[in-house]
Amino acid sequence: MDPAVVPRAIVAGHGGLPEGLVSAVEQITGRGNALIPFSNTGLGREEIESGLRDLLTLHGVKIVFTDLPGGSATIAARRVLHDTPGLMIVTGVSLAALIDFVFCAADMPARESAARAVEKGRAAIVSLAP
Amino acid sequence: MPIALYRIDDRLIHGQVVVGWGQPLGLGFIVLVDDVVAESDWEQELYRLGVPPSMDVYFMSTSDAASGLPGYVADRRVGMVLTGTVEAMLLLARTAPLPIAAVNVGGIHYREDRTQKLRYVFLNRSEELALSELSRTGVVVTAQDVPSATSHSLDELLRGGTK
Repeated sequence: MDPAVVPRAIVAGHGGLPEGLVSAVEQITGRGNALIPFSNTGLGREEIESGLRDLLTLHGVKIVFTDLPGGSATIAARRVLHDTPGLMIVTGVSLAALIDFVFCAADMPARESAARAVEKGRAAIVSLAP
Repeated sequence: MPIALYRIDDRLIHGQVVVGWGQPLGLGFIVLVDDVVAESDWEQELYRLGVPPSMDVYFMSTSDAASGLPGYVADRRVGMVLTGTVEAMLLLARTAPLPIAAVNVGGIHYREDRTQKLRYVFLNRSEELALSELSRTGVVVTAQDVPSATSHSLDELLRGGTK
């Protein structure tokens, strides 16, 4: 962990995916502490929403990455978005998107870094054949 | 076509519903029975965004769901009826003009007044009684979060299954 890196986004999703993605970002970049993992496992919809709100308040971050567009974490994040000005959600998160995100300048506006993460995530999906 | 699945899930529309069950069943529509969502255009939009374009979502209040059920059963597409609470499903089973053969308990999550029964099911006493009542009306009640998981009978569920 790089002690100079501060939390900048939440990674929310199913099962062990958020922890796994953050762990992989840490392994590759040493900047895993820019991301706060949040799993929906065992939580009802109100608990997912309140958990996200608590983390956003605690860390003062403005971006939530989620895994599945129709998943409970995304739906909860959209509820939070409804009354949280400046918040951005990026759904369909991938390791490639997160790695690019943690290397963005810390003062980059949330909208810009979110758009960049979307672009990088899309570009990293490639079909390979012999 | 009969409704393929009647499900109780307090997360309402989410990944397990849309992908876990929706894909293997080939769901064409979901009937979401919830009083709060039925009264809010914004809530409805939120849940519509959670399903693929090929899937319709219809929103019903608990009081209107029973009368609407025959129309959904007559639909040629595969459908799911989804409630967020045991009480809403019990009311539907009691008032529906058509019998409901089986109900799937898919997810009722932790709350302070609830006791854990399975990894994904927590129940309070009132919910336990309502599930038993549902069973007494002739409905087969089982708990199963996703199609590939073990299905637990109501007895197993109330005993606490294997958690």
